[in-house]
Parts: sequence; structure tokens; C-alpha cells
Amino acid sequence: MLSEHLKRLEAESIYIIREVAAEFRNPVMLYSIGKDSGVMLHLAMKAFYPSKPPFPLLHVDTTWKFRDMITFRDNLAASLGLELIVHVNQEGIDRGINPFDSGSSLHTRVMKTEGLKQALDKYGFDAAFGGARRDEEKSRAKERIFSFRGANHGWDPKNQRPELWRLYNTRVHQNESIRVFPLSNWTELDIWLYTLAENIPIVPLYLAAERPVVRRGESLIMVDDERMRLNDGERPVMKKVRFRSLGCYPLSGAVKSDADTVEAVVQEMMTTRTSERQGRLIDTDEAASMERKKREGYF
Amino acid sequence: MTSLRLYSEALFRGNLHAKEETIVERMLADQNKSFLRFLTCGSVDDGKSTLIGRLLFESQRIYEDQLVTLESDSRRFGTTGDEIDYALLVDGLDDERQQGITIDVAYRFFTTSVRAFMVADTPGHEQYTRNMATGASNSDVAILLIDARKGVLPQTKRHAVICSLLGIRHIVLAVNKIDLVGYDRAIFDQIVADFSSFASQLSFASIMPIPISARYGDNVVTPSDNISWYQGVTLLRYLETIDIKSHHEAAPFRMAVQWVNRPNLDFRGYSGTVASGAVTVGDKIAVAESGRASTVKSLVTFDGNLDQARAGEAVTITLTDEVDIARGDVLCPPDDRPSVADQFSAHLLWMSEDALLPGRQYLLRVGMRLVPATITSIKHKLDIERFEHLAATQLSMNEIAVCNLSTASPIAFDAYKDNPETGGFILIDRFTNATVAVGMIDFALRRATNIHQQHTTVDQEARARIKSQKPCVLWFTGLSGSGKSSISDVVEKRLHARGYHTYGLDGDNVRHGLNRDLGFTDADRVENVRRIGEVSRLFVDAGLIVLCSFISPFEAERRMIRERMKEDEFIEIFVDTPIEECMRRDPKGLYAKAQRGEIKNFTGFDSPYETPSAPELHLRTTGKSAEELADEVLGYLRMKSIAI
Repeated sequence: MLSEHLKRLEAESIYIIREVAAEFRNPVMLYSIGKDSGVMLHLAMKAFYPSKPPFPLLHVDTTWKFRDMITFRDNLAASLGLELIVHVNQEGIDRGINPFDSGSSLHTRVMKTEGLKQALDKYGFDAAFGGARRDEEKSRAKERIFSFRGANHGWDPKNQRPELWRLYNTRVHQNESIRVFPLSNWTELDIWLYTLAENIPIVPLYLAAERPVVRRGESLIMVDDERMRLNDGERPVMKKVRFRSLGCYPLSGAVKSDADTVEAVVQEMMTTRTSERQGRLIDTDEAASMERKKREGYF
Repeated sequence: MTSLRLYSEALFRGNLHAKEETIVERMLADQNKSFLRFLTCGSVDDGKSTLIGRLLFESQRIYEDQLVTLESDSRRFGTTGDEIDYALLVDGLDDERQQGITIDVAYRFFTTSVRAFMVADTPGHEQYTRNMATGASNSDVAILLIDARKGVLPQTKRHAVICSLLGIRHIVLAVNKIDLVGYDRAIFDQIVADFSSFASQLSFASIMPIPISARYGDNVVTPSDNISWYQGVTLLRYLETIDIKSHHEAAPFRMAVQWVNRPNLDFRGYSGTVASGAVTVGDKIAVAESGRASTVKSLVTFDGNLDQARAGEAVTITLTDEVDIARGDVLCPPDDRPSVADQFSAHLLWMSEDALLPGRQYLLRVGMRLVPATITSIKHKLDIERFEHLAATQLSMNEIAVCNLSTASPIAFDAYKDNPETGGFILIDRFTNATVAVGMIDFALRRATNIHQQHTTVDQEARARIKSQKPCVLWFTGLSGSGKSSISDVVEKRLHARGYHTYGLDGDNVRHGLNRDLGFTDADRVENVRRIGEVSRLFVDAGLIVLCSFISPFEAERRMIRERMKEDEFIEIFVDTPIEECMRRDPKGLYAKAQRGEIKNFTGFDSPYETPSAPELHLRTTGKSAEELADEVLGYLRMKSIAI
């Protein structure tokens, strides 16, 4: 059974998800294949029961995701019978953007942020769900649940709408949109406990297994396919690792772990001393880099 | 781990929890601890962010990598010398770090062995008061910080008043920076006395004064050796133990329908979150607005049907009868209904830089309902420092007032003090879509209750009201080529962009259809204008703003149309361009043709143009663009409160 705390969070998220379906012309749920997305999708399945969620899923594929993630994504959408839109920024591919030559921040901006904006414009979505949580990062803690974006998808942190009680202002003009974060008030631990209690499937990469990795600075990078650039004389070594957050494989740092079940992950979580964002190379550029990315239209 | 196939099967069967108790089940049970939402408020620099940073730090919610970042940030932005600046844990925006202040409300989470907490860190600057109110609306308890060196400041009082208005019942008076006044008990006692005498006018159930030092941790989590004269609990202990049960738990059942759930023809459910009270299968319920009644057939959730749903639970209700129910309708017990009225009195906190003007129309959101609404009068505004009522004709940002409001259709509500879920509302600007005010309903105005039943006739007023506009005719008159259509075009585009329903009539769309049988003799010209006038009158009756661009050379016909309308509905706009200029422009080559004798009866040439004697607006076009002239027209409409 769910704890009172998780029930409260679940009900709050369902309320938010329903609100979007009722108020917007053409909403979409960003599905990033991660654990937070998994919980968000699960909540959407609950929110509209016995109907199905009245919106499609959108995955902005940078083409550098772990292979396991793509398999998982396609199987999940098919087994739930939901429409899945996959968008790749073809312009970025044509320009040869990749995490090795372009660097993490350009790669992320072009393939993720630009790709997302392209997809939202192409389909004319006026609301997009994202799985971000306030406990992830400092500028996230300042974000609204209904986060208004101008015609160019940018976030203006000084001009956010006051969010009183649960009375969300969902009004947008043509070409403006809203990003909605139903998991705003969840913590990483809540996500795991809920995943466990509800038996929500996750990408196996979250669980510890022997995987081929190379060390890059402080991080362990998994060699997921032949595109990984190895330095001279460098050989991948097998280590028992798992990922606390998933993204493009060359940019996702693994942690050494023996937690090979969700239960073990939760136990590890309860004693861990580092935040999950530590493994994400894209955040380390400089302080407040998340805020900058969000101003540009990042989720 | 579950396979995807098993997951989707379980999802559709609705049994996800068939699992033995494990160690993690016990962890989950541990999460059954209660939950408290609180905010920190008070004047700028009183140490709110530092206090939260300290609470997070002491409750070990700070990870090692965050601590490393904090140390480097403290060196770069910190205001505490060589020591760690805990405020930087919460002030996350670039501007905040650079200015060393909090601008926006931040929500943080931490858990102790007793309770889980969500804390809203809110800004102290007066200009960001709306963000403080946001935090207060989502909190059960407020920690009001006071700098021991400064005592009770105007902003302290303002925040106390807002907390009280928003229904926060428990206040911690945290007298901070007590280390900087030498842990002096007399100073603490004086501040507590000052605040208590002020707060006696507010509606707090309890006020708990605690002397603290957020920077050094005195009385935050652990009792302070420096303050031996204080024997009370620490701040964290207080937050862990304060009883927040409120009288609202006894409120009657309310649920606003959020989404009508119709997966197929055999199922019709009403999805929503129970706002207050409880509902049980078999209960009789009513729709507050329409008065229609039915019985609860089932309470559907993904995890199986419930016998009863209580406040806070998200469910889908099915009824035994086919009742017409839509999003926004409020379900309630037939014998304990909310008020239904279109006029009520409320407390309002204005949050926009544009002043509130009585008579201007906004959108009001209460529950799931969105309706056009007008502030009909400001009864008085509140002088927070002296606690006096002041007369006011408008309201500026951060001012609080008691107002009468009128909505375009009746809404269901309870007094905010009885039920915050159904008595709180926001106002939205119809043009910028900004949230401009937060309101707490006090009571329905008696005159409203009888009015809405008579609102069944569909007349001009009713039609105009659902368009939220004041219908009228903008009659552009002037010589051929004077610029009537160009100006009218720009005006119409701007009105349309602002959400007004318009219709433009000109020679092109009238001469080819309605008036195709008419020529250009004087008699035909008169009949042409008469018909256009009649069409305009019908369109105004339909609630539209009509823009007419016709030479309409004769004063008599223009007067005739004016007299067919109500006062203020006919706005004559004289587009005054010298004939030499019209001939120079000659956009349709008509003057050239007239000069060659190919057109007879051409106005200004061989047919007269009677200059309007008293037009509402006289546009002298020489040297001005169509945009500038359109601005003059819109300025006039604004002045007349026709369009904003």
C-alpha cells in the first residue's frame, strides 16, 4: 500500500495532469524514458482511468541515448497503446553535432533544447508536461508548476505568474505555451519509493550490473556502442555500476553500486551523500547553468 | 523488476500491489509520518533564506557535492565573510545571487524522523509581495522573522496581515540575529510585546515567539547555551509538533468537476479532487449551480472503486441519473449547498503594476470555473501600519482592499474563512493573461440572489456580456482616398488582437451583395447609407464592435444612423484629408477617371461632401501614418472604456 505521503503526492499530480487535459487545446507529455518520466506516465494512466490519457507522448531523441532506453521506450508505448512521437533535430545531425566534437553544452542546446522547440512548434502543442522536480536543482526550486513560456519558448524567471492555492492560470495567447511539472513537489526518494510500491518498470540501467566503462575525470562513462571515442591505449573495463539519472550515454556518469534491485536502490538512496545531478555532466559548466538553459527553452 | 508485459497487464487489471511485505514496505510505512507546509516571511535581510539553508543543512538534506558548490559559492557571492552562507542554498536565480536577495518563492523539502516538510522561502521586498502571498496560500504555518536589531518593521506587519488574510492560523515569531544584540532578553521581550499588540487585531490561533540565530544555529535545531533565559522548544521541535488540524476538516462535501470522463458510450464519470468533506456511494448530491440532484453510483479510481472518498482524494464519480454536468460545476450535498450568486464581497490583494480600476473587466477563477468579472466598487483599502480603513478609487500593486465584485454568470462558493478551497479566487487580466489579484470571498451580496433568475432573456446586454465588450459603431467618414479603410483596418486588427469581436463594413463587402442594386445617384447614396446603418444597428444588437468606412457625404444620413442607435453607440470619426492630398494618393485611380469625365457624381468633384459638424473624433491625417491615427482612435475608445 502507498504511504499517506505518497498518496498525497499522487493525488496532487493527478489533479495537475487532469487540469492540463481540461484546459489546453493540444497538450503533450514529454517522455524522457527516465524514472521520473515513468512515474509521470504512470500517474497519467491513473488520472484518466477508465479513459486513456488524452494526449500523445513526445520523446526528443538526441540519437545518443543508451540503446536500452530506446528499446524500453518503444516497448512501453506499444504495451500501453499510447501514441509516441519521436523527434530528432535533423538539422543538428546534418551539422554533425555530437557530444564529442561539439562539447556537452552545444550538443545539449542543439539536440535537446532546439529539438524540443522544433517539435513543439511542428505539432503546435500549447502545453507540455515535464518530469522535473523542485528538489533537483536550485533554479528548479523557484519554478512554478504551470510555467509560462513566451512565443520563443523562453523562461523569464522574474516574470512568473503567482500560483495561489491550486488555482492555476492556464491562459496563453497564440504561439505561447505552458510547461507543466506535475512532479514538482516529489523528491528523488519519493520517486523511488513510488516506483517500488507501484511496481513501475524502469530501464535496467538504473540497476547495478557489470558494464564496460572508461574513466573520464571524476566520471565513469559507459561504452554503449562503437561511436564512443576512446583515447589512445584506453580499454573499457567491466565494473559493477548503475546510473542515477539517464541521458546521452557519453554525458551520463555511472556510479559504482551493488544495488541490483529497486529495493536495494532505495536503501542506497537513503544513505547516499551525493545528489543525482552529480552524474550529469551538462550541469557542471557553471553555477546557475540550468537557469540559463531554461531561459533558452530547455525543460 | 517487473517486465513491461506484466506491468501493462497489472495496470489494466488494476492490481499493482500484490506484493509481500519487505524491508522497503517498512520504509514506506515510515513515510506515513505527517506532512507540514510552512513558509518563512518577514522583511528583507531578516535572514529567511539563511534559516532555511540552516534547516536543510542540519536535517542533512544537503549532499556532499552540493556542499562543495556551496563552499565555492560562499567565497564568490557570500555575504558572511569566510563562513558558509547558507542562504546560497536556496537563492538559486542569477539575479538573486548577485543582489544577495530573494526574488521569487522557492519550495524546498526535508524530512525528519517525525514529519515531512515543504518549506516556501518567500521574498521580503515589498515589490515581491505577490510571491510571498503565493507561498502563504500553500502553507499551514508561517515563520515570521524579525531582525532583533530592527524590531517590528512595516513589512513584518504587511506579511502578518497577508498570512492572516490567507487563513494561516499559527505563527512563529522568530526573533533572529539574537547573537548580534548580545542575546539580550529585554530586546526579545520588547519585540514580542510590540508584535502581540499589533497581532491582536488579526486572526491567529497561536503565536510562538522563539529567539534564534539562523547563522549560528541557536534554537534552530538544538537548544542554545547562549540563551539560557529561554526555556521553550527549538524551532524544529515546534514545527515537528504543532497540531495543524483545522476547523475546515468538518466542512461539508464539495467537489468541482475538473474533467468529464467519457471513454465510451457506456461510461460517464466526473473526475475531480474532493475539495472538502467526504462523499460515500449512495449519497444524494446536487449540482450547486443548476440545483439538479442525483445519487452517487460509484467512486472510480484506477486502483479500484472506493466506498468513500475524502478531502484531497482524486476520484471519478458516476451518478445514477443522466444529469447535465460540465467542468466547473460544484457537486455538494443537497441540504448543505454553497452560495450561488453573481455579486459578492471579498478581500483583494492587488498584484499587478497596472492599477485596479473599478468597472474594468477581468477573468475570475474560482474552483474550476472561469468567468468574466468586474470590481463594482472598492469599499475601502487597508492601511496596514495603522490598521485603518481608507477610501479609494483605485488599487495599486500590493495594496489590500475590501471590494464588491460582480460576475458575468452566477458562481458557487463558500466564504473563504469557512472553506478556503471554494472561497479563494484569482483575477486574470484579459489582455496580458497575467494573474493580477488574489481574493478571499467574504459573503454573497443579498441583491445578487434574486437577480440571476431573471437573466434568461437573451438581449443585447446578454450577448455583449458573453463577448465581454461594449458594442458600438465606429463610423469613418471622409473623402475617397482620405485613408478611412487603412485606419479602420489597423484599428480592427488591434481590437481583434486584444480579444474583441469586430466586423468591418466597407464598399467592397456591401456594394457587391446587399447593395448591388444601387448606383451612385444622390438617392441611391442615401439608400446605400441607410441600409448600412441598419446592418450596423443589427450587428451592434448582436454585441459586435462594427467598423464602417464609407464616404457618407451627407450630414443628414449620418445623423439618421446616429439616431437609430443608443447614445454612445455611434462614434463618428471624421477622416480629414485635404482633397489635393486625396487626389495625389488616388489609390483606386478614381480621381483621374473623374477628371477625365468617366465617373459622374464623384464626391468632392461634382458632388458635395458635407463636413461633420460635431464628430466624436476628428482625425487630421496630414503627416501622420495609419498606425498613428489608429492610436488616436484606440485612445478615444480607451477613454470611453469601450476597449482597453
